[in-house]
Amino acid sequence: MINRFLIPMLAFILLAVVLAIGIKHSPEKGIIASPLIGKPAPQFSLPSLQDRTHTVSSAALRGRWYLLNVWGSWCGTCRDEHQMLLDVQRSGRVRLIGLDWRDDDQEALGYLQQLGDPYESVAADRDGRTAIDWGVYAAPESFLVNPQGIVVYKCMGELTPDIWQKQILPRLAQAAGS
Amino acid sequence: MRRASAICIAAAGLALAGTGTVQAIDTTQMPTPELQARYQGLTHELRCVQCQDEALADSPAGVAADLRREVREMLLAGKSDDDVRNFMLARYGDFVLFRPRFVLKNAWLWAAPEVLLVIGALVAWRVVRKRARLVSADAEPLPDDGPG
Repeated sequence: MINRFLIPMLAFILLAVVLAIGIKHSPEKGIIASPLIGKPAPQFSLPSLQDRTHTVSSAALRGRWYLLNVWGSWCGTCRDEHQMLLDVQRSGRVRLIGLDWRDDDQEALGYLQQLGDPYESVAADRDGRTAIDWGVYAAPESFLVNPQGIVVYKCMGELTPDIWQKQILPRLAQAAGS
Repeated sequence: MRRASAICIAAAGLALAGTGTVQAIDTTQMPTPELQARYQGLTHELRCVQCQDEALADSPAGVAADLRREVREMLLAGKSDDDVRNFMLARYGDFVLFRPRFVLKNAWLWAAPEVLLVIGALVAWRVVRKRARLVSADAEPLPDDGPG
């Protein structure tokens, strides 16, 4: 008679395990886990938004931490996020590099003029090729890159004070301590 | 009369086409039918990463257009279909494939239908055998269960 309960019990446990894996792998619906985490940041070399004669390149960024923020003047959530970016820049904890994605130069410059420019430099990705290399699919996205050029964290969507406190600062502090 | 109506229909068709109401999202033409077929295949099996439930071929999103351009250029450069898939996988992960790869991590996903089919067959076989034994062992008519 033990069989009567054993099989449904096993089936239940199996289902619970499958569901647990599903829940664990999708903390938020629609968010794609980046395969880049723990891997070297994709190389790029793009013209600077502010000065077309300058280039912003991944090679020149090595040696110190940076936060690559993907944005566009057409992106509403980027506007919501902007105050946080200004705060990040003011904190001086990490260099903020912009990747201006599929945008128009004049629109982008006007956007920064209106809201303030938190970036150390902004790379202008006009044809979206660099964004593809970074696996970008919806702005804003932010990538934390360590001095060795390894991507250690990706923030999908708006960078909030909570994410800054709980995800980014600890990683910067841990690295500074070791 | 018939000819006049045919002309009418043709004219209406042209007018409709002219207004652009019938417009495909992706109008890419590859130089050879073989490349066109591979391009169509890939853009239908890759997921638009932004809209997520649409194939790359059907999505009006800007990033989908950029990714279609990558597919087109890679095929024109002589890359294989697997090169294109691996390019997308390296950037966007397993999510971009509508048809998941067979790897250890999701082997259970592929095996589950077969396993369930076998379990179902075993259960059915047992039930049938049990019933058959009941009938043959009991030549007399089944006792009336009565109400309830």
